[in-house]
Amino acid sequence: MNNEFNLNHLYFLMQGVGWTVILSLMAFAGGGLLGFGVALARISRSRTLRWLALAYVQLVQGTPLLILMFLSYFGLSIMGLSLPAIVAAGLSMTIYVSAYIGEIWRGCIEAVPKTQWEAAECLALTRTQRLFMVILPQALRIATPPTVGFMVQIVKNTSLASVVGFVELARAGQIINNSLFEPFVVYMLVAGLYFLLCFPLSWWARKLENRLLAGRKPEPELKKGIGNVQYCES
Amino acid sequence: MSNIVNLENVHKSFGSLNVLKGVSFQVKKGQVVAIIGRSGSGKSTALRCINRLEVIDSGLIEVCGRRVSDPLIDLRGLRRDVGIVFQSYNLFPHLTVQENITLAPRAAKGKSRAEALELARIVLRQVGLADKAQAYPEQLSGGQQQRVAIARSLAMEPQVMLFDEVTSALDPQLTGEVLKVIEELAAGGMTMVLVTHEMAFARKVADVVIFMHEGRIWETGTGDMLLNPQTAELQQFVDNGL
Repeated sequence: MNNEFNLNHLYFLMQGVGWTVILSLMAFAGGGLLGFGVALARISRSRTLRWLALAYVQLVQGTPLLILMFLSYFGLSIMGLSLPAIVAAGLSMTIYVSAYIGEIWRGCIEAVPKTQWEAAECLALTRTQRLFMVILPQALRIATPPTVGFMVQIVKNTSLASVVGFVELARAGQIINNSLFEPFVVYMLVAGLYFLLCFPLSWWARKLENRLLAGRKPEPELKKGIGNVQYCES
Repeated sequence: MSNIVNLENVHKSFGSLNVLKGVSFQVKKGQVVAIIGRSGSGKSTALRCINRLEVIDSGLIEVCGRRVSDPLIDLRGLRRDVGIVFQSYNLFPHLTVQENITLAPRAAKGKSRAEALELARIVLRQVGLADKAQAYPEQLSGGQQQRVAIARSLAMEPQVMLFDEVTSALDPQLTGEVLKVIEELAAGGMTMVLVTHEMAFARKVADVVIFMHEGRIWETGTGDMLLNPQTAELQQFVDNGL
């Protein structure tokens, strides 16, 4: 009689959903903050800082998130720093997200035309003023669709936190399945719940992207020099 | 010293390409100097060297008593004194016309909001766009955008203004409204250096016309030199352009 999927199981799964959301938010907040620093360091005028940031990005992007999870949970505990599962998971997610989102944002900052930097520079703005008053507001517009899109990756990747015993949605599904042995039903349900979390994000990202594309007017064609006269047909 | 801008034997190369091969000229207070020449003649580079958007290899540039070629120059001070308007306007698309204009006076010159707004009103009236203060750049025509760019530069109250082919991206109809604004500035005594393709305009407003060819100043004179070129190169340029 206990071997059927019932409301208690659903309640347990919903708790898992809650933790998945919390971990995703932690990852986005922490990773966003650190990633912003990574993006700024990547475009810094200091060669050392640029190099350090690049090394960090390469290192993190070259490491599976799973290994980051193991390192921050088991690795740190051997070194005497034993973190609760949620903290270890949050930490690994933060590092993982910062490397990817830092690169996404760097790309968005660099997508703002150089001439905007130049115009701001010619108006006697300091580099910090140029960045914060002129470049970042424009980069923000460009960055919104890929950032929201990346949030889908964050949500899905929180499932790896199950390996350190953190009971988020995937782990909750696993636990229920261990007692019911109904993998098809349970994991279909888990997949469905992930979809419900992710789909609105993807949909929103696509909408933002369309809006961005619609708002982009074709660049005025610059006529350069008198040499290539535009009326000359021969 | 009434020279606002002084270039002496300026050399500049990009890699192996020698763009400026010993350029010297002076701009006196209140003077309008027009630089003409084919694309690739180095005229835009010469202009960009004046406010240190390009750093020269050798020679001397002085602007408003500042030695621009000095690596320790107070760059922000220089940029407060020298305004520049670009071919592609380069307005800030996320800001309204008024915000485009008030941004730098507030951030770089410490003006109060009220002072900056008053400045914006004045310069927008000057370029004939007083009614567009709340518009965004993309809502304006090219000619209007370029006039806003001029107003934005004027709001910094510069000692000298540089114009880098400011009408080259505009239709003939829109060119006229921008040239009219520049002409009024000239009449008002603004010191200006224009790189331009509008030879009729150069003849009309410039006190001095400089013809550049292959990185050198080929001919210098008043606007009338265009009617009576001394060199084959200028003759050819004038024939092609008019």
